[in-house]
Amino acid sequence: MYAKGYRDLGTPPPVGRVLLDPPSLVTLEIDGTTVTVPEGTSIMRAAALASCDVPKLCATDSLKSFGSCRLCLVEIEGRRGYPASCTTPVADGMKVHTESRKLADLRRNVMELYVSDHPLECVTCPANGHCELQDMAERLDITTTRYGFGGANHHGGERDASNPYFQFDQSLCIVCSRCVRACDEVQGTFALTIQGRGFASQVVASEHQPFLQSECVSCGQCVEACPTGALLEKSVVRHGPAERAVTTTCAYCGVGCSFEVELKDERVVRMTPDRNGHANHGHACVKGRFAFGYATHADRALKPMIRRKITDPWQDVTWEEAIDYSAREFRRLQETHGPDSIGGITSSRCTNEETFLVQKLVRAAFGTNNVDTCARVCHSPTGYGLKQTIGESAGTQAFDSVMQADAIIVVGANPTEGHPVFASRVKQRLRQGAKLIVIDPRTIGLVREPHIAADYHLQLRPGTNVAVINALAHVVVAEGLTRDAYIDGRCEADSYRKWKAFIAEPRNSPEATESITGVPAALVRGAARLYASAPNGAIYYGLGVTEHSQGTTMVMGIANLAMATGNLGREGVGVSPLRGQNNVQGSCDMGSFPHEFSGYRHVSDPAVRGMFETKWGVALKSEPGLRIPNMFDAALDGSFRGLYVQGEDIAQSDPNTHHVTSALAAMECVVVQDLFLNETAKYAHVFLPGSSFLEKDGTYTNSERRISRVRKVMEPRAGFQDWEVTCLLSNALGYPMRYRHPSEIMDEIASLTPTFAGVTYEKLDRLGSIQWPCNDQAPEGTPTMHVGTFVRGKGKFFVTEYVPTTEHTSSEYPLVLTTGRILTQYNVGAQTRRTDNVIWHSEDVLEIHPHDAEVRGIADGDWVGITSRVGSTVLRADVTDRVQPGVVYTTFHFPESGANVVTTENSDWATNCPEYKVTAVEAIRVAHPAEWRARQETDVHAPAHAPHGHIVNA
Amino acid sequence: MNVERLVAMVNDIAAFFAGEAGPDAPAAVANHLRRFWEPRMRRQIIEAYRTDPSSLRNLSDTGRAAISLLGDQDSPRV
Repeated sequence: MYAKGYRDLGTPPPVGRVLLDPPSLVTLEIDGTTVTVPEGTSIMRAAALASCDVPKLCATDSLKSFGSCRLCLVEIEGRRGYPASCTTPVADGMKVHTESRKLADLRRNVMELYVSDHPLECVTCPANGHCELQDMAERLDITTTRYGFGGANHHGGERDASNPYFQFDQSLCIVCSRCVRACDEVQGTFALTIQGRGFASQVVASEHQPFLQSECVSCGQCVEACPTGALLEKSVVRHGPAERAVTTTCAYCGVGCSFEVELKDERVVRMTPDRNGHANHGHACVKGRFAFGYATHADRALKPMIRRKITDPWQDVTWEEAIDYSAREFRRLQETHGPDSIGGITSSRCTNEETFLVQKLVRAAFGTNNVDTCARVCHSPTGYGLKQTIGESAGTQAFDSVMQADAIIVVGANPTEGHPVFASRVKQRLRQGAKLIVIDPRTIGLVREPHIAADYHLQLRPGTNVAVINALAHVVVAEGLTRDAYIDGRCEADSYRKWKAFIAEPRNSPEATESITGVPAALVRGAARLYASAPNGAIYYGLGVTEHSQGTTMVMGIANLAMATGNLGREGVGVSPLRGQNNVQGSCDMGSFPHEFSGYRHVSDPAVRGMFETKWGVALKSEPGLRIPNMFDAALDGSFRGLYVQGEDIAQSDPNTHHVTSALAAMECVVVQDLFLNETAKYAHVFLPGSSFLEKDGTYTNSERRISRVRKVMEPRAGFQDWEVTCLLSNALGYPMRYRHPSEIMDEIASLTPTFAGVTYEKLDRLGSIQWPCNDQAPEGTPTMHVGTFVRGKGKFFVTEYVPTTEHTSSEYPLVLTTGRILTQYNVGAQTRRTDNVIWHSEDVLEIHPHDAEVRGIADGDWVGITSRVGSTVLRADVTDRVQPGVVYTTFHFPESGANVVTTENSDWATNCPEYKVTAVEAIRVAHPAEWRARQETDVHAPAHAPHGHIVNA
Repeated sequence: MNVERLVAMVNDIAAFFAGEAGPDAPAAVANHLRRFWEPRMRRQIIEAYRTDPSSLRNLSDTGRAAISLLGDQDSPRV
């Protein structure tokens, strides 16, 4: 059932027509009311827009019209019969009647047939009061049925409760196909079908398997589409229907889906995706829709705690004591060792307002630029690379833009697992005929799924991205596929000339780079021609691009390719980073990096710095501060001694854990603010309880620069929202922060940040969301950037020489380990591991190719010891040809189950983003994991400074 | 901080600018370090360049020229 209070228009807007500007309009009369709607609109939708809801059951406005239930029949003057209003388009001058005695008879007859095969137990049904069949029966005054209840029926139908989040009760199913169509049209998984004919027709998952064992990915779209209680959230069964709803934004990935949080008293009953949500248009994934239980999990740490030494036990204290202690310690360190001896880390899981306040606290109250954010370890190369080439550290498009793309490149990203709602949009476009090029070492889902397949899969060796992007560009240049007029008008001539000469060199050809990349030259040439020749070519990328020693170079290479082919500055094209966490874009926008203020302006710029100094009333430093890895190094040499960490678990998420924990242990005051007592908290002197996304107000900014409201639906369980805690700390430090609401923080952000100048909470509430830049030139935001001209003026090409990573394979470490995500878990798993999502993924496994497994005597399910140059771990083997020979792969969601394989010290040259994606390893079968692990830890070959590290992506 | 680590980072930066900036690579590297490295990191590698050249034996030629430039031009404020 759709969201509480949602008014369903029955059918979607006409495809393709609404995009015409102005749209071709049609005027008709419905029940005597004149209605004007876009051409192609259904009569049902036109009637609904005129506040006339035609009875229906099989129609809903997220799905194409189906014409099955025959409840929506209408009469049209001058036409014979009783056409279905859902499948009949409007026509100029048409006169429609939606109510008549004959129509009532026809509808009542249909309803009597439905009711004759439906349990009449509405009062005890969990869908009571929110069931479309019940609504229609009431509306048509159906209290009994002429067909009686004695005939054959489905009342004893099976109930499938295998899925942890929803159940399927066949006895309540009216076989309207809405669930099947939702799975096909919206989600694109095609897991459901109608099996059988006539009376035997029934909804089944896959080959009549329980939902849990089927291909179902638990996005819940079928549950939302169901008009009865047949498919229903178990939480609704347990707690009953909700009483109210609050619109907010998901706290998982960078898609930033809008949701209705439905509550009964203070309990969240369920979350339903907002059909008016600009990022998700009513779709969701298993994490966003269902995995919210961590917010009320028993593991939540709800009391402030302090301890003088990290070896001491924690001591519960009041908020006042915890804040005062923190402030005293930071002040002591400043006075003893100088202001640059302390710093802070902002979180991509927190709101814009919270990250803005933490960086303000560090710069203004701490008096240093030692502030950084977890984007350091994921998309920092995106910020640098796009800023240099096209002038802005952000993606260029709205997600909707993909529906205008003709050729789509997905490189170093796995959207079906990491950004599932966007993946569904991509698949919708592919089913409409767009072409797909996947550049990835693994056979990710988009390479081949039901009803879609990539036209090219460039299955490169990990670490050779730049060689591949250069080879693609070489073909474009060598074969005359460049858009010269575009380049002449919009790009720096000198930079293009230099880049063109470089890229045209034979050493960059697909044939020359084949031995480096492992990708057949013919495939590279075909892919380059496809992308460059398409009317609209769009590139989407993820951490498989950025988390390399040449991450920034690859981002630049992508921008080069897009500029050379004229694929920037309009809908359907562009360069779009897919951000891992919910507010990676926002945390970067808010000035979390040590070298720049909000809006990506360098701290050395006196005019910008002066503006902040005036507003904040303090002198600010003009030199860049320490990045996160620099903080650790400085801690170990004694020049960095205090750290405030909000919403980030660096001890688990950053590479070379031993190095990180040694640094943390060397500090004198570590203040951790988080939902849970995480790994970093083991090295903390103060613990400040955090608040979940359900407990706070604020905004997130998603991958498409879309600012969306986060709205508090329940009181903070520990008493304060995160931004309030930062204010308390700042006040205790003697730098007053007197905000009454996050809207006031946003007002300050807008006053200091040109790209946010026009953003207010009032406007966000009015428009739903805003894509920055939002200012006088674009008062309602900017869906597509770089239209007409690049933000930096002329686009700049950069020479992108391929430089091999220093992490080489060898006879001792012959395999390359690379990493990624899985659908049901999120990041380091702190949230999703505390939900029923563990039913799908309870441990990380090592994917290994059958050839590599066979020569090592490894069978599927065996324990495998993995050793790199700096550490070792044990995982279970998943023998699969999703990986190529020579490459092994794992996810990183379960540190305690052994995913903490050591990565190298390598990092991106420009930003120090760690090279998580390439680690040379060996894998051997292990009979006794614990013993093997213990032996490895005492192995004389293991470096003393780095026994273990972690793999993680933000 | 670990000078070897700083040297490796400079070499990585230099490898990019050697291709992008050609003969201007040392200046480009020095500019990058000024804009993105915290003063104590710059001070440390400059000091090593001046007082303990052997600790920079793995520094690339472009990187060495960049540190020389940085030392001439840079006066990081604390």
